[in-house]
Amino acid sequence: MSKKISFTFDGKKYFGKENHSLAEALLDNGIFLLGRSFKYHRPRGLISAGSEEANAIVQLETGNITQPNVRATEITLYEGLKAKSQNHWPTLNLDIGSINDFLSRFFPAGFYYKTFMWPPKFWEKYEYFIRRAAGLGESPTEDDPDKYEHFHYHCDVLIVGGGISGLYAAELAAKANLKVLVLEQYPKLGGEINNQGKVSANKFRESDQNIIYQNIFSKLEKFDNVKIVTSTTVFAYMHNNYLLASQKTNNTKIREIIWKIRTKKVVLATGSIERPLTFHNNDRPGIMLSHSARKYANKGIDLGKNIIVFTNNDYAYEAAIDFKLINNENKVTVIDIRNNSKGDLIKEAKSIGIKILFNHIVTNTRGRKRINSIFVHKIDNETNKIIDNYGKISCDILCVSGGWSPTVHLFTQSRGKLIFRESDATFIPNESFQNEISVGACNGTYALEEILEEIDNKMSNLLSSFKIDIKNNNHPSLNKIKKIFYDKMKHLWIIPSNINFKKTKMFVDFQNDVTAKDIQLALKEGYRSIEHVKRYTTTGMATDQGKTSNINALGIISKLTDTPIHKLGTTTFRLPYTPVTFGALAGRHVKEFFDVERTTPMHQWHLDNNAKFEDVGQWKRAWYYPINNENMHQAVNREVKATRKGIGILDASTLGKIDIKGRDANEFLNRVYTNSWSKLGIGKCRYGLMLGDDGMVIDDGVTSRLGENHYVMTTTTGNAASVMSKLEDWLQTEWPELKVFLTSVTEQFATISINGPFATNLMQKLCVNFDFSYENFPHMSFKNIEIGGVNCRVMRISFTGEKCYEINIPSSYAQSLWSKCFEIGKDFNITPYGTEAMHVLRAEKGFVIVGQETDGSVTPVDLDMSWIVSKKKYDFIGKRALYRSDTVREDRKQLVGILTKDPNIVLEEGAQLVEEVSKPPMKMIGHITSSYHSPNLGRSIALALVKEGLKKKGKTIYAPMPTKTIEVEICDPVFIDPLNERLSA
Amino acid sequence: MFLINCPYCGEREQVEFSCGGEAHIERPKNPSDLTDDQWADYLFMRKNIKGVQFERWNHINGCRRWFNVARNTATDEILKVYNIGESAPSISGNNPTTPSGEPVIGSGNLSSSFEKK
Repeated sequence: MSKKISFTFDGKKYFGKENHSLAEALLDNGIFLLGRSFKYHRPRGLISAGSEEANAIVQLETGNITQPNVRATEITLYEGLKAKSQNHWPTLNLDIGSINDFLSRFFPAGFYYKTFMWPPKFWEKYEYFIRRAAGLGESPTEDDPDKYEHFHYHCDVLIVGGGISGLYAAELAAKANLKVLVLEQYPKLGGEINNQGKVSANKFRESDQNIIYQNIFSKLEKFDNVKIVTSTTVFAYMHNNYLLASQKTNNTKIREIIWKIRTKKVVLATGSIERPLTFHNNDRPGIMLSHSARKYANKGIDLGKNIIVFTNNDYAYEAAIDFKLINNENKVTVIDIRNNSKGDLIKEAKSIGIKILFNHIVTNTRGRKRINSIFVHKIDNETNKIIDNYGKISCDILCVSGGWSPTVHLFTQSRGKLIFRESDATFIPNESFQNEISVGACNGTYALEEILEEIDNKMSNLLSSFKIDIKNNNHPSLNKIKKIFYDKMKHLWIIPSNINFKKTKMFVDFQNDVTAKDIQLALKEGYRSIEHVKRYTTTGMATDQGKTSNINALGIISKLTDTPIHKLGTTTFRLPYTPVTFGALAGRHVKEFFDVERTTPMHQWHLDNNAKFEDVGQWKRAWYYPINNENMHQAVNREVKATRKGIGILDASTLGKIDIKGRDANEFLNRVYTNSWSKLGIGKCRYGLMLGDDGMVIDDGVTSRLGENHYVMTTTTGNAASVMSKLEDWLQTEWPELKVFLTSVTEQFATISINGPFATNLMQKLCVNFDFSYENFPHMSFKNIEIGGVNCRVMRISFTGEKCYEINIPSSYAQSLWSKCFEIGKDFNITPYGTEAMHVLRAEKGFVIVGQETDGSVTPVDLDMSWIVSKKKYDFIGKRALYRSDTVREDRKQLVGILTKDPNIVLEEGAQLVEEVSKPPMKMIGHITSSYHSPNLGRSIALALVKEGLKKKGKTIYAPMPTKTIEVEICDPVFIDPLNERLSA
Repeated sequence: MFLINCPYCGEREQVEFSCGGEAHIERPKNPSDLTDDQWADYLFMRKNIKGVQFERWNHINGCRRWFNVARNTATDEILKVYNIGESAPSISGNNPTTPSGEPVIGSGNLSSSFEKK
């Protein structure tokens, strides 16, 4: 007696058995009505027992762990499971939306496209209601508390599917000493074996199957080079044998694991999916695929005593026979479309008292919340027209079978080519594109003896590529397998109806509520391509991706247009095979792990001193340091003022630093920067602008000459990596003759920037023996100075307009020097400032920031920086483009300063500028690139790019904002110290 | 995600690389002699071939070396990896018929690739 497990469905408590799926537990409790359909809100129940389930999708759990659209067939029951049916209001049993079913003739294919087109202005109103009507489950609104993992795996052979085929292939690969991974989507291995029960164990092929399965499985357990993982669905097959799988764990700490597998060979043993039949009212709860019903019955679930099997093939008889064997009192009737079958199973069925009606079809069903009866007609075997009315048969369950569709999803994702096999109307793998083989049912091979032989052949081929010879590889006890003869099937893509086709509801896609009639309408309206019919009718576009519907839709189109199926082709089987949660895809890459965070060596100090941070690329940069409840504005004002009056200290470690060495380093700089580097002396620094070959500014920074053939280039924080790459690109691909070596030293050196009128005083205190006189250490020069026993590279350069020393110190000493500066700098009111104050300080001085004043469409000339563009150099990157007709235009946008007439108004960055205020749309002549309150000037300042701005200095223009228009004046962009007196004072 | 056989490191995942666009576009040695149109041609004009395309790739998260790759853009097959400075190899086969054809095999667009058995 297995353990009882309690669970709730739609708020009501039930008990289920261990190892049952939610679907099995619900059926076991006699619940057949599990949901409402998407469009017509028709009552629906289980159609299958596997991942192809189209109807029984539920909302699993509540609150922050809730998950919509979960297939009840794929969830293993656990204690306390909570599930809710979807797509109904107010309750599953009483659903107002089901009125759509009675109004269904008003909801044809393309209804929304046709109805809500006109008038165009009304779309916004329609949209609200359409969005409410659309969608199945509800997405969670709270943060997911669970964790998800990603797992990388490399192996020799990946086997997808843990049925007999997959396990036998695994055994062969294991014997060859290869690293083998077997992934099975269900919790239990065995595949088809699991559909069988004890009662049928001594009959037919199952006996052999079971023996062979046990045989293989016991052998497999002995190999330690084989890893078998269950509850893991391979959902994507990508290039070069890269496959993704999602594992549902039983671990409560980690909900799902995404496996990222790169393997040398893939064996697809994914089985097949049974097809429904397309007849009037074929969607009622209690109508199931025959082998799914068989699986439920064999698991001991009571589906009722009165069982009808409606089939076009022999395989459904396996189900019929089992129903009878489970309980001899069961009344089992088979309605067979064919006029006869000589199959072995039919003989057996007859012998145990199963009633068979050949040449008969089901034309209609009854029973709103569970099927209770069917209507049967006789057809003519040649014309397939209804020739007689058999009448009504009452039933508890109707099992349907339209044959099998090999699960070729992964094969087609691997971009292999399919071939259409007419005998059983299936697409089977034909030509592989990747290193893969398909075996068993997914290859259209169903008989056990044929499967084992196929695997023997294909595997020895596959293994031979590993230079492994496996002879004597005879499959187990083949001679004992009893061959069973299966007769041909007969395909009627649309089951004839005794009522007008226009009034039928023959469902093709159960999840999206697409009927045969909808497909007919699409064809009538002129859609021919299968891809168009799919999109117009939405067939195959639901969360089940048409696993049960695609082939039937093709068949119907084929019949209605009288075109062979292989000429229609099929729609693309897209990944994922089954839906994957966002949580699983995100894995651990959420919140603080969303992206890499880079911090400077002084980061802890910033944290300890209440810094607010700004993200610059991946860097965390100190933004400002509020004291005593200061707001940002107050803190920044204080930092800016202190820097111009005493000492401001900035952590500039994030600036990119590229070490340049080699014989041709100087020539290299001449080529990549606009200005000339030939005469830069050792120990001197120079500012450079870097362009793309299109003439647009891409970076700027100061480069220092450390030695004869040794330079250090600084780049902007955000561009460090891309500049480094671009420089490498030029060196490796265009100028291989240059002997230049680049090394990123961004993280090897921390940069402490000491700014302000007392900067020299602080430096002198730090290094008592060094001569900091302007003569010895002027602006734009570089010195190696030992500070506290550590060799530092000190540059006297400035981004604030104040006297400034940038100390580059090996990172591991940076925190201690930083603290030391504060100790010594107390007397000068040393104040740490962040990136915001840095922005204000440089804007006061009119210095541009690449990426703020520039946007990839700004030349040095536009920035009024022609002085830095060499006219003498024959060539440099970007030079030619500066003379293109577009770049020499005089009416280009140019960098200017902007002062508001009202000094208290701080303009919004990005604000558009106009010359004349009129009714919108107004003619824009430029935009604000930077805008701040300048505490040193006691007013607002801004930088802007304005058409012909350089000519317009002194002119009044306007910034029209939603609530008011702001009057501004164009001015020079340098607001403080235009003569650079502060640098040397 | 395909594999690229870096000539310096061996076979690695695509995420380790970055594509630098069309290969064999040499920066003119005499820019000032070129017309605007000739310069624009060098700057902006790039082929976008469905089929075999010669591309520059950089092992950006590895050895940081640049090299050339012949790739079938319709199937993502990498047909040849060769060094910067080498001329483009002559490669044919499994090329889609342009403008709107599909390759014989390996395209993600299946609809034209069915046969009957």
